[in-house]
Amino acid sequence: MHRLEEMWIAISTGILIIFMVVVGYQTFALGMGPPSNKETIDPQKVDQTEPFDEPGISKIGDNEYEVVMTLQAFGFTPNNIEVPAGAKVNFIMTSKDVTHGFQIAGTNINAMVMPGHIQKISHTFDKPGEYLVLCNEYCGTGHQLMSTTITVK
Amino acid sequence: MKQTQALNLQQKTIKALGVNTSDAKVSLSYLSVAFLTLLIGGILGLVQGLERAGLMELPPWINYYQVLTAHGILLLLVFSTTFTIGYQYANLSHALGGLLPKVRKFAWTGFILMVIGVVLAVTMVVLNEASVLYTFYPPLAAHPVFYIGLVFVVLGIFACCIGVFINYRHWRKNHPGQTTPLLAFFAMGVFVLWFFASIGVTVEVLTLIPWSMGIVETTNVMVGRTLFWWFGHSLVNIWYLVATSAWYVIVPKIIGGRHFNEKLIRLVVILLVILNIPGGFHHQIIDPGISESIKFLHVFMSLSIAVPSLMTAFAMFAVLERAGRRKGGKGLLGWIGKLPWGDVRFLAPMIAMIAFIPGGAGGIVNTSNQMNQVIHNTLWVVGHFHVTVGMSVVMTFFGICYWLIPYLAKRKLTPQMNRLGVIQTIIWTVGMILMAGSQHLAGLLGDPRRTSYTTYGDHPTALSWVPYEYVMGIGATLLLLGVIIQVYAVINMMFFAPKGKTAFPVSEPEDGAPSAPMWTERWGLWVVLLLMVVAMAYVVPIVDMIVNAPPGSPPIRTW
Repeated sequence: MHRLEEMWIAISTGILIIFMVVVGYQTFALGMGPPSNKETIDPQKVDQTEPFDEPGISKIGDNEYEVVMTLQAFGFTPNNIEVPAGAKVNFIMTSKDVTHGFQIAGTNINAMVMPGHIQKISHTFDKPGEYLVLCNEYCGTGHQLMSTTITVK
Repeated sequence: MKQTQALNLQQKTIKALGVNTSDAKVSLSYLSVAFLTLLIGGILGLVQGLERAGLMELPPWINYYQVLTAHGILLLLVFSTTFTIGYQYANLSHALGGLLPKVRKFAWTGFILMVIGVVLAVTMVVLNEASVLYTFYPPLAAHPVFYIGLVFVVLGIFACCIGVFINYRHWRKNHPGQTTPLLAFFAMGVFVLWFFASIGVTVEVLTLIPWSMGIVETTNVMVGRTLFWWFGHSLVNIWYLVATSAWYVIVPKIIGGRHFNEKLIRLVVILLVILNIPGGFHHQIIDPGISESIKFLHVFMSLSIAVPSLMTAFAMFAVLERAGRRKGGKGLLGWIGKLPWGDVRFLAPMIAMIAFIPGGAGGIVNTSNQMNQVIHNTLWVVGHFHVTVGMSVVMTFFGICYWLIPYLAKRKLTPQMNRLGVIQTIIWTVGMILMAGSQHLAGLLGDPRRTSYTTYGDHPTALSWVPYEYVMGIGATLLLLGVIIQVYAVINMMFFAPKGKTAFPVSEPEDGAPSAPMWTERWGLWVVLLLMVVAMAYVVPIVDMIVNAPPGSPPIRTW
């Protein structure tokens, strides 16, 4: 092979390795990995299974909240949540029917919520405002209506 | 040297005999279906773009998600599949001196199976029995006939794969000690990858049929999703491999140059075939039920596909520069001006190649763990695959039409048709930049994909996306205009252009270039390596998904 070709391949592979080191450091050392919770649940008995038998928001620490949420065509339970500015919110979610997506526009909150699986994701809401929460995986005719808000005061 | 002589001899025979009429019929039939599909899918694309931007309301008898399902299936599956088979079989016929009669039968069988399959699946979509989008994630349950239609499509693909394998083997047996012509080598890569990629979706669909009929009560949604992406992401890389066959082998001839070092070209094909299938996992980066360490492994596996693509970038720039300099291009960039920009057979694939630079970069964003979380399921992703598939792949396909169809139909490309092709290319490029560009931007702001027009109760965040959606609608309008011109050009070149002989533009190696090494032909070994990579990627997560599975989901219809 030509010398330039060899250099090019070496640089390409080198960039790939550096990239993996950075991504790996962020994921495992800084805890920035994507939502990957592995607990499961019977998708047909969500209402009877703890903690989803009582979906809602509860305060679990100093300005830290836990939101137990079910997603179903075409809504979120509970909806229209309010938290104080600076609050850390831990979402625990599952789906009662088909696959949904949980996205809060303007934040990095983005997770798939699937029947049979419990998904977890956390976020600290520093900036006050009314955040738009929406389903970003097609879930049926009313998919475009599936939204709610989180108000940070 | 002996090899080049044999190649030349073969090319001379083909030149004397012209195109093999029975083989041309196979290719022309596939291409006709491809462009009929493009027209319908394109119209649906515009309808969708305008509805999404709130510029148009759909009549009550059809809904946005039906249109979206049909658009996805027709363009991403049917158009690209039928074009690929038509083009690859023409390459094979040309490179190997004609198809075997047995192989033609396989191609026709595949054609009939696919037509039946597409009619069944699309009918269900039209009847609103299958508004499940082209990913048909369970537990959304379509009518069983929809899945049965998909089985027919996959069987058709398998038939075409087997045809290619038979012809390839036959040629190799009759030419001991010779490497196959490059175009045939590419065809082999495309169909080997296609064969193994299709296994994932076949297993998925076969489990969904009894489930959608109510014979089996529940299904494992996680496994279904994983098997879909085993196939789904490989499929787009198959289109990409098809496009690169034209970049490496056809484009150099059109610009009056020579192709790049054959050893590197073959290495790129082999790497793309071996490394591809695990790439599908990056569609599941924010899924529950897959651990962070497995996801990290797959980030690496997905990104490794970037290496052969970077090799392609290097090789293509080298080929372009050499050709430009040979024509007298001076200085650092003078060679650029010497390239035949007015020739649509070059212009279209050239823009396609340039589009792969942002396309590939966007792909790296999608693949990488935490960045994926920012854009997952937003319009960014839609923008991404319209740049990669809609530009890099489809513009290469369009460029191919301007020599392939006259060649097959024994007609000539007229200067007027070339001019129309250049105009089409410009319209398409502008349309895609507007549409895909605004989709990327809207996606970064959070605008979700696969959602019909909505302002979420006039939420200010959602209202801020609307201007981008207007630009998207303008882009979609230009693109439909592009589709209409392209379909007109194809019909004209098939039936009305002046009769004559068009050459099949296959480039030759540089003078004194070393011949391709024989070891590249060891397909048995490449398949074993492919299976090893698939095993590394899939055994642990799929076993985990099955062993630690939650109770399954029943079929659900939410439309």
